[in-house]
Amino acid sequence: MNIIEINKLTKYYGKARGIIDVSFNVKKGEIFGFIGPNGAGKSTTIRTLLSLIYPTSGSAKIFGKHIIKDGPEIRKEIGYLPSEIFYYDKMKVKDLLKYSASFYKKDCTKRMYELADIMELDLTRRIEDLSYGNKKKVGIVQGLLHEPKLLMLDEPTSGLDPFMQKKFFDLVVEENKKGTTVLFSSHILAEVQQLCNRVAIIKEGSIVKIEDIKKLQEDHYKKIIIKGKDLDVKKFNIPEVKELVKNNNELSFFYNGDINKIIQTIGSGIIKDILILDPSLEEIFIHYYK
Amino acid sequence: MNIYLYEVKTYFKSIIIWSLSILGIMLMFMSFYTSFASDAALMDKLLQNYPEELLKAFGMDSGLSISSILGYFAMIFLFVQLCAAIQSANYGFHLLSVEERELTADFLMSKPVSRRKIIISKFLAAFTSLTITNIFIWLGSFGSIFIFGGGNTYSIKNLILLLLTTTLFQLFFLSVGMIISVSIKKVRSVLSFSMALSFSMYIFNALQSILGGEILGILSPFYHFEPAYILKNGQYNMPMVAISIIVIIVSLASSYILYLKRNILSAR
Repeated sequence: MNIIEINKLTKYYGKARGIIDVSFNVKKGEIFGFIGPNGAGKSTTIRTLLSLIYPTSGSAKIFGKHIIKDGPEIRKEIGYLPSEIFYYDKMKVKDLLKYSASFYKKDCTKRMYELADIMELDLTRRIEDLSYGNKKKVGIVQGLLHEPKLLMLDEPTSGLDPFMQKKFFDLVVEENKKGTTVLFSSHILAEVQQLCNRVAIIKEGSIVKIEDIKKLQEDHYKKIIIKGKDLDVKKFNIPEVKELVKNNNELSFFYNGDINKIIQTIGSGIIKDILILDPSLEEIFIHYYK
Repeated sequence: MNIYLYEVKTYFKSIIIWSLSILGIMLMFMSFYTSFASDAALMDKLLQNYPEELLKAFGMDSGLSISSILGYFAMIFLFVQLCAAIQSANYGFHLLSVEERELTADFLMSKPVSRRKIIISKFLAAFTSLTITNIFIWLGSFGSIFIFGGGNTYSIKNLILLLLTTTLFQLFFLSVGMIISVSIKKVRSVLSFSMALSFSMYIFNALQSILGGEILGILSPFYHFEPAYILKNGQYNMPMVAISIIVIIVSLASSYILYLKRNILSAR
């Protein structure tokens, strides 16, 4: 069963592109990654699904209902964490969360305290006194306290330290096990690989690819940079190496294959320095999704 | 209901400040009335020596003697109207633009509420707040006249007629503020917008008094609900009141339609 069905959704801001012909489905119970560089249209898609903005053309359904006509009905079961968090500054955290809970026709108090406890959030402070990371925590609690059936997370990890990030991921996985479907937008591939079942890749407003995460993990590219004098370029002319570039005393390339093999190849020469990196999303787009 | 209550709470401080200021203005100005009235003849004579245009601009040319209670009160009420105009315009420009300016729209609108419910709740909250201020205007008017009126008689009916117009007067600025704020992309500073609206209306009316003719007056609620006219004649300038009512209805209806269709901008 599909929780989200998006059909040729297009949004222009005046003449500026938002998204063009975006179509994909999110199945019940999956964690669906939505990945692309900044400005690719991730937030536009999510905000259209929430009827914050209206599509220029195309349509979308959530829980089988029309996103605009049945908006308020749909949003009863959606938890949303915006990418930029802003709340009523003068309010105390607790009052904001209570205000948030008052929109749902159920008692969210218990879950609210549980979540605040997990995220180590101080409920007595004023919103305006909180750091960015702490505001993000308020956003997380606010998005989860009514136990929604669908979670829309728009770049949820920015501003969270690695420790909180882990707690948050655990929380998302736990919710997912209870049956919550998750739409997880990010520009960091590693995050998405860690959590998601499937991903849609968006670039310049259009969906480039929708893929199983397993497939993406098979293609486990590493970016390798070696420094040293008299590097032998010929040794690296093997099929697993792509985009080989030699630059003075530096050699860089992308590698996809047995890591032992390349280490031996590198070790057979004399080198000064070595860097093994996860390629950035942009590099994957440039070299992999050409 | 939760949005309405939240909104009224956020207006609370502002209601208190405006209401007390208006009350203060009325009491302060009325307290000078006793000395005015004791030299009534002298006062009227003094004013005759002022240029006619100046008197007109301050609404002192109605034929009501400035030394009579209502003649004096008409002048004060113009200031009260100016305060009410700024307050109402403030709320009007604020209420639909605040979520976008302070980027809290993503919070409110991702909740299971319709835009319809949001705009109606917000409008009613602002209207409630203005009505509370209005109550203070009534109390201040009767109170200050009672305290400083020196027992002189005046037409209570005419005063009530004037006070009854306050609601429409407030709604005019509230609704015009709303329609302007949803017609433009972003209201960066509420106060500059509301000051511009209320003072330009005030000046239109002043110019109308000096230059004569009704064209400039058509634009301004200060003319539609001119205190001196109502207090002197005991009736409304009906065609002008009708214009105000039409502006209010059209502004509210179009704000509603535009707000329902509006694309809510995000931080970026």
